[in-house]
Amino acid sequence: MDAKEIIARRIAKEFKDGDVVNLGFGIPNLSAGYLPDDVEVLLQAENGAMKFGGAPTAESLDPDYSNSGGMPLTMQEGAATFSLTTSFAMIRGGHVDMTVLGALEVDQEGNIANWMVPDVLAPGMGGAMDLLVGAKRVIASLQHTDKKGDSKVLKRCTLPLSAPNVVDLIITDLAVFEFQDGKLLLTETAPGVTTDEVIAVTDGEVIVSPDVKEMDI
Amino acid sequence: MSKVVTIEEAVSVIKTGSSLMTNGFLGISAPIKLIEGLVEAGTGELTLIQPVMSFPMEEHDVSLLAVNKQLKKIIAAHAGTSREITKQYFAGDLEIEFIPMGTISEAIHAAGAGLGGVLTPVGIGTMQEDDHDKIVRNGKEYLIYDPIGADVAFIKANKADKDGNLYFHGTSKSLSLEMALAAKTVVAEVDEIVEVGEIEPTDVYVPGMLVDHIVQGLNPEERHDYYKELWDSHHLLAKGGN
Repeated sequence: MDAKEIIARRIAKEFKDGDVVNLGFGIPNLSAGYLPDDVEVLLQAENGAMKFGGAPTAESLDPDYSNSGGMPLTMQEGAATFSLTTSFAMIRGGHVDMTVLGALEVDQEGNIANWMVPDVLAPGMGGAMDLLVGAKRVIASLQHTDKKGDSKVLKRCTLPLSAPNVVDLIITDLAVFEFQDGKLLLTETAPGVTTDEVIAVTDGEVIVSPDVKEMDI
Repeated sequence: MSKVVTIEEAVSVIKTGSSLMTNGFLGISAPIKLIEGLVEAGTGELTLIQPVMSFPMEEHDVSLLAVNKQLKKIIAAHAGTSREITKQYFAGDLEIEFIPMGTISEAIHAAGAGLGGVLTPVGIGTMQEDDHDKIVRNGKEYLIYDPIGADVAFIKANKADKDGNLYFHGTSKSLSLEMALAAKTVVAEVDEIVEVGEIEPTDVYVPGMLVDHIVQGLNPEERHDYYKELWDSHHLLAKGGN
């Protein structure tokens, strides 16, 4: 199982039946493929769709149904479409139960940076800042370390923030963290990974939960 | 005077230095023929205002305005789907003002609705604070954004009657109503132009009083084939039956 699959499978454990969920691109989106059979969530797309399905075929496509990434979309029974202002009223107004977003960095204060690297990467924040502030529960998902092996789970984010003090749960390929007293509470480790190994590659201050266990994925 | 005009007549409302909004979302339900016409007209120094830019897999729809060097400034939540826009931005040839998607939506709404601005908690504790004043109301911090209007809006709808009443299908509503309210001149590009009375009043999402000009875009079959080819060429369609 590669890092992305570990993260996507672990994210899927967080969904509760009936939740309204907005998933970011990449790994968060993949997590919808690992939903337990008895759990159904209502996926919300920023551009104005609720209860959407997968891609259409050449025969079933409709040029006016797309997701928030400009990709073609099918709709499930009971789906709804709406304007962008309505979509963001849902998001900002606290009507979305959970969002799962990728991150460039997260830190022990629940800060998250996921929209730009000065002079290197500046695509824009899209709907991320709204989701981070408005969703009832925020999960940050990311690979634990960068390509050089440096921790992306930090004491303090170094990149421009997307929102301060908003993350409720961090899921990486190595660990799951909650927050306690301004520190990272290690609650789960990936299969085959020890708590010491997690601490060694985590820049932020870690408290090991007395109930720490292996991820059930 | 008839609201139905040619593409050439419609794009002539845009002058050098004009600000333009379109309701396309990453190239989907975008006013493709009007953008094509504006590229042909070559009008430059434009400010483009919309939450997101062009279709992500190739230079397409509004990013063609960047390819043709017609853009001076972009106001958007996201502009990373066009390599050309990104290149011009990092070269310092194109200014981009980034505003979170929900906020830019409400700022456009505010402009057309006669409001003085938007108060939002989104952006507190971020670089957005550098450019926007902070205010405390009922114990909570908010950022203040000015309304964002435009000289012209290109609105893509599925159907217009000759009075300009517009019908939208699928996820195409986007900010069409807000932009139709916020722009001084509104041009609708539609798949079908029908007689007055042929659209049920309940199905009218943008009332005709807000629409100045109407142009015929790709017809429904042409648009279906256009997106089928676009999506298929980038392997975005599922295989097999329905």
